[in-house]
Amino acid sequence: MNQPVSRGAGSGKASAAIVGSGNIGSDLLYKLLRSDAIEPRWMIGVDPESEGLRQAAALGLEASHEGVDWLLKQDELPDLVFEATSAYVHREYAPRYEEAGIRAVDLTPAAVGPAVVPPVNLHEHVGAMNVNMITCGGQATIPMVAAVSRVAPVGYAEIVASVSSLSAGPGTRQNIDEFTRTTSRGVETIGGAEQGKAIIILNPAEPPMIMRDTIFCAVSPDLDDAAEAAIVESVLAMAAEVATYVPGYRLLQEPQVDPPSPETRGAKKISIFVEVEGAGDFLPPYAGNLDIMTAAATKVGDRIAGSLLDSDAGA
Amino acid sequence: MNDLNELGRTWSDDLDLRLTDTCLRDGSHHKRHQFTAEEVRSIVEALDTSGIPVIEVTHGDGLGGSSFNYGFSRTPEQELIKIAAETAKRAKIAFLMLPGVGVKDDILAAQDNGGSICRIATHCTEADVSEQHFRLARERGLETVGFLMMAHTQPPEVLAKQARIMVDSGCQCVYVVDSAGALVMEQTADRVAAVVAEIGEQATVGFHGHENLGLGVANTVIAARAGATQIDGSVRRFGAGAGNTPLEAFIGVCDKLGWKTGVDFLSIVDAAEDVIRPAMPEECRLDRMTLMMGYAGVYSSFLKHAGRAAERYGVSGAKILLRAGERKLIGGQEDQLIDIALELKREQDGS
Repeated sequence: MNQPVSRGAGSGKASAAIVGSGNIGSDLLYKLLRSDAIEPRWMIGVDPESEGLRQAAALGLEASHEGVDWLLKQDELPDLVFEATSAYVHREYAPRYEEAGIRAVDLTPAAVGPAVVPPVNLHEHVGAMNVNMITCGGQATIPMVAAVSRVAPVGYAEIVASVSSLSAGPGTRQNIDEFTRTTSRGVETIGGAEQGKAIIILNPAEPPMIMRDTIFCAVSPDLDDAAEAAIVESVLAMAAEVATYVPGYRLLQEPQVDPPSPETRGAKKISIFVEVEGAGDFLPPYAGNLDIMTAAATKVGDRIAGSLLDSDAGA
Repeated sequence: MNDLNELGRTWSDDLDLRLTDTCLRDGSHHKRHQFTAEEVRSIVEALDTSGIPVIEVTHGDGLGGSSFNYGFSRTPEQELIKIAAETAKRAKIAFLMLPGVGVKDDILAAQDNGGSICRIATHCTEADVSEQHFRLARERGLETVGFLMMAHTQPPEVLAKQARIMVDSGCQCVYVVDSAGALVMEQTADRVAAVVAEIGEQATVGFHGHENLGLGVANTVIAARAGATQIDGSVRRFGAGAGNTPLEAFIGVCDKLGWKTGVDFLSIVDAAEDVIRPAMPEECRLDRMTLMMGYAGVYSSFLKHAGRAAERYGVSGAKILLRAGERKLIGGQEDQLIDIALELKREQDGS
């Protein structure tokens, strides 16, 4: 890996570019400005009229509407790039970031690099050139599936994500199947369920509803009281861990355990109810689904930046 | 000009209205998704023999609906679609899918199993999530129908705009769907008329009613007068909530009004009594719970889930439904009924 060491010189932070000046990119900017490990230096868009670019420039970033091609032509390149465009755009540019030695944190569904959910598997992928943030529903629910599966095998897990209509952009809407498939795959590969299923509901209620997620896990009917208690404890601990980087993440109810019945297909059913309220940085608080994406991406970026800075110090 | 409506709209030269029976889809809620292969075979045979032109078969919540959230299917829905298609001699087999629950692969599988009408349902403000599915369905030569669910929550002009989105994506008929059985007569007519005015040149319009205020047949008659030419119902009301528009009653009413449905009244009445009723766990009733749904505007398939959560946590099922209305829950949010039950229990224990 030819990681240059001169970037972000002097600041003691890794430098970052945000590609995509829409809602997600703008919200991410506010979070990165608070980071101890990352200095956001560039905001890249494609529309000269973009409000996000104007705002980034006002906050002291170098803002360009000439896209990634412009960014890659600069004398100084970022250590990290946060991709908040679309899967299509990211697939095109991912190889060029890698060629230039830039680490990519991908908030699109492109899935070029390994999928990461911070409290579950971030440690495995800190060295990866490209990591993917899955989906909002995945970030909100996979930690809970993992919290159950680290105590007892989960044969089947199902998540239901309800988000306000206003917080679901055209990308999600025109590709809703991608959300379903990507999230259910993450429930399996990262959450640790043998089989996963994901459901998403867009609710137009006014005032807009705060993001809610329900997680159902099927576990062995023979699970004893001690194991049930251990699952509940594990879920509470995981919720607290997610809340360290998503302050609005909370359990709405104690995890519920239903006894085996034909309706649970003979398994014990664990039900977990979560609400995700956004921090209200750029996006309104009801848009917890977007907040958890930018908060998780910031968490991931911080860890990667930390590892880059450590290796610089060691060089 | 015809007897049906002032617009001169009819389904075809032979049929004024084209009927779809949804016992084997909306009835799946009442049956808690426990249909057997044998029940599906005998119901399809009876409906087909009576001349019902379209029979819908799917899990109540559409393709991929078998889940903790909505209830697991006893028999895989794709198997039931296949049996239905093999059994029907004249009727076409329709299937339902909700974007966000099912995926495109489910549509392709249903077509492989003999389904020929793809019905895609969204909440009535979210039509744009269905664009990719309509495009796929049309590319594959499926007939397409769009469902604007919970139509009582939006004014006519909003429904018309949403119908336009569906039609522009390849939808051939848009249904005004009274999922909560909450529409009252003129409200139905105004909504159907607005959708007809918007898309009537390119597509047909349908109406899907429920009985939660006892208005299934009345709403359907007025919808037809406003220009709807595809009509949903369930023989013996076998459906969600207080049940769907009783199709055999509507067929009798059509006979009286001189509207051609192509269905033999005596034969469908026999089917209701001898074949459909025995497959039902109980009659669909207009009782406290179901009235509450029509009154508070609650999605009909919440009924059984609210009942179960009420029982599990020792709280009032009617209160669960009322709170579901207050929270403005929409179709698919069955998980939130458990959350409401736990909230009610806390309030109850605390007082």
